[in-house]
Amino acid sequence: MKMISKLTLVLAFTLAAPALADEPGPGGSKPPTPKTGQEVYQMVCQTCHMADGKGAVGAASFPSLASNPKMKMAAYPIVMVTKGRGGMPWFSDMLSAEQTAAVITYVRTNFGNAYPDPVTAEDVKRLSPPPAAPGH
Amino acid sequence: MEETGKTTRRQLLSTIGMLGGSALMYNMMTTLGYAAESQFTGPPKLSGARKGASVIVLGAGLAGMLAAYELTKAGYKVTVLEYQNRAGGRNWSLYGGDTITEMGGATQKVGFADGNYLNPGPWRIPHNHRTLLHYCKAFNVELQPFVQFNHNAYVHNTEAFGGKPQRFKSLAADFEGNVAELLGKAIDQKGLDASVTVEDRDRLKEALREWGMLDGDMKYAKNLRSSEHRGFARNPGGGAGGAPSPSDVFALKDVLDSKIWRNMSFFMNEEFQTTMFQPVGGMGMIGKAFAKQVQPLITYNAKVSKIDQARKGVTVTYSDTGTGVVTEAKADWCVCTIPLTVLSQIENNMSEKMNAAIAAVPYSNSVKIGLEMKRRFWEEDAAIYGGHSFTNQEIGLVSYPNNNFLQDGPAVLLGAFASGMSGYHLAGMTPAERIEAALAQGSVFHPESYRKEFSNGASVAWNRVPWILGCCARWTEETRAAHYQDLVAMDGRVVLAGEHASYVGCWMEGSLLSSIDAITRLHKRALEA
Repeated sequence: MKMISKLTLVLAFTLAAPALADEPGPGGSKPPTPKTGQEVYQMVCQTCHMADGKGAVGAASFPSLASNPKMKMAAYPIVMVTKGRGGMPWFSDMLSAEQTAAVITYVRTNFGNAYPDPVTAEDVKRLSPPPAAPGH
Repeated sequence: MEETGKTTRRQLLSTIGMLGGSALMYNMMTTLGYAAESQFTGPPKLSGARKGASVIVLGAGLAGMLAAYELTKAGYKVTVLEYQNRAGGRNWSLYGGDTITEMGGATQKVGFADGNYLNPGPWRIPHNHRTLLHYCKAFNVELQPFVQFNHNAYVHNTEAFGGKPQRFKSLAADFEGNVAELLGKAIDQKGLDASVTVEDRDRLKEALREWGMLDGDMKYAKNLRSSEHRGFARNPGGGAGGAPSPSDVFALKDVLDSKIWRNMSFFMNEEFQTTMFQPVGGMGMIGKAFAKQVQPLITYNAKVSKIDQARKGVTVTYSDTGTGVVTEAKADWCVCTIPLTVLSQIENNMSEKMNAAIAAVPYSNSVKIGLEMKRRFWEEDAAIYGGHSFTNQEIGLVSYPNNNFLQDGPAVLLGAFASGMSGYHLAGMTPAERIEAALAQGSVFHPESYRKEFSNGASVAWNRVPWILGCCARWTEETRAAHYQDLVAMDGRVVLAGEHASYVGCWMEGSLLSSIDAITRLHKRALEA
């Protein structure tokens, strides 16, 4: 039983990690775990949406989250974060429902957004049911 | 004693379960196309293009330049538009004097000494990537070995050995030795009688003894025999004090804590097996060699804003990123190698299916950090010549240069190759913060020298690279099933090419194979039209 649960755990981990062909290999498996919405934002989102939430422009652009009316309906950021769209990857395999809820709440109450009703992990789970276990 | 035996056997079983897990993962990766082998059967032999037929190629990376090269040979009039002021795309090396500006505006001036470089993108070529090797030979790119597997490099895990790195060879030898001894016990205790014939049991025991460096009693223990794999406490020498002394073996629990099997398994993936190659002077030499073949065809600093196809041809609107001057270019056909991250934001009138496919594939992120050190302390002090030391910290690894061994003077280490959460975290930092993180984490391998010998560094966070906004296309089994064929199908007069349009994703080989397939179908269609 213990063996089975360990195997499942390993599979879950390896499947969750984005599998690249020329991948870093077995390293880097223990990054710090962000807990608050701000920590998740700084550790994940600001890579593209930048520290000020305003996004950036190159050959294409990263959308600004600052003063963004699309943040009003919580369902929109929830679906974007969990399912992705275009250049935006899905994060359902990297962030828990709690982390997702926390960071969306953070974005909706910062960067010039003022939508104070908090998003909960249940909201996230409702809109993005966890994927079926592999092999079933 | 018996209790210990039971415990270790249970640990062994769970370990074997995990090894099964990585084999299973490898099968799944193959299904997803991440680990597929090259299908190269030789360069395309296209000829006899219709008189005056023209092709516009978008993007001067390897896929675009190969298309331009082969289609020109086939008789097409080819033009290439490139957003950057250089050709090569992700095939790219950074040298001293180069400037990089990322999304968000942070700018770095690379300070490496002459001859030193960082390969931000591709950095190693598998032996079975025959297309790339074919064109390297054809275009006179000099290759040298890339030291992928170095037994003497370190493995570091914050959860093992109190955070002290150990040599790969010692951990791997102890893992194999322990597995061999335990399997031998299982045979003696008749645990395998149901699965192995009597004759094979004897042969298997002999194999375990030889493979695992077991002693005459089928024990893995501290002795000169096990030291031949794991390293000696005192190396064999000459003269009066020449006799070696054996090293202590690690406890099985510590070996398992290090998760060494992940490293062992990684090196067994076919694409990471030796021999691997790198171009002399930097990976960017390949892009330069391709560009030499098609240079006159390329218009640089061209930002495509619209792809408009009609019954008779394709019109591509682009602006000069320097002057802003807008131009319309027309051709009969179009090979589009623009990364999907960017293409998804370009106005076009390709089919709904194609646009759905383009929007369905996000890109991975990764971060590489180059650190120039004043001397080769990893060679001089630690006898590490090329290869990688792995850590479970965010930097993932430290990789040592594969050229200029034993030389004096500065050399560049790869101080991080991070992806996933670790990659996002490093990418979101300022360039100075990334260097600090790389120094802090990498010091674990070479604590006396890492900061002391550091001279300067440069980093590339692929999500912030303005001409691609990501690293590589991320397909899943579901998106492959739903969109892959739409993405690679000829859409009227346009066909896509690049690693994103292949099952050899994130390798140069994938972009070349995709390009060959795309232009072969384009040529056929053009002759039928």
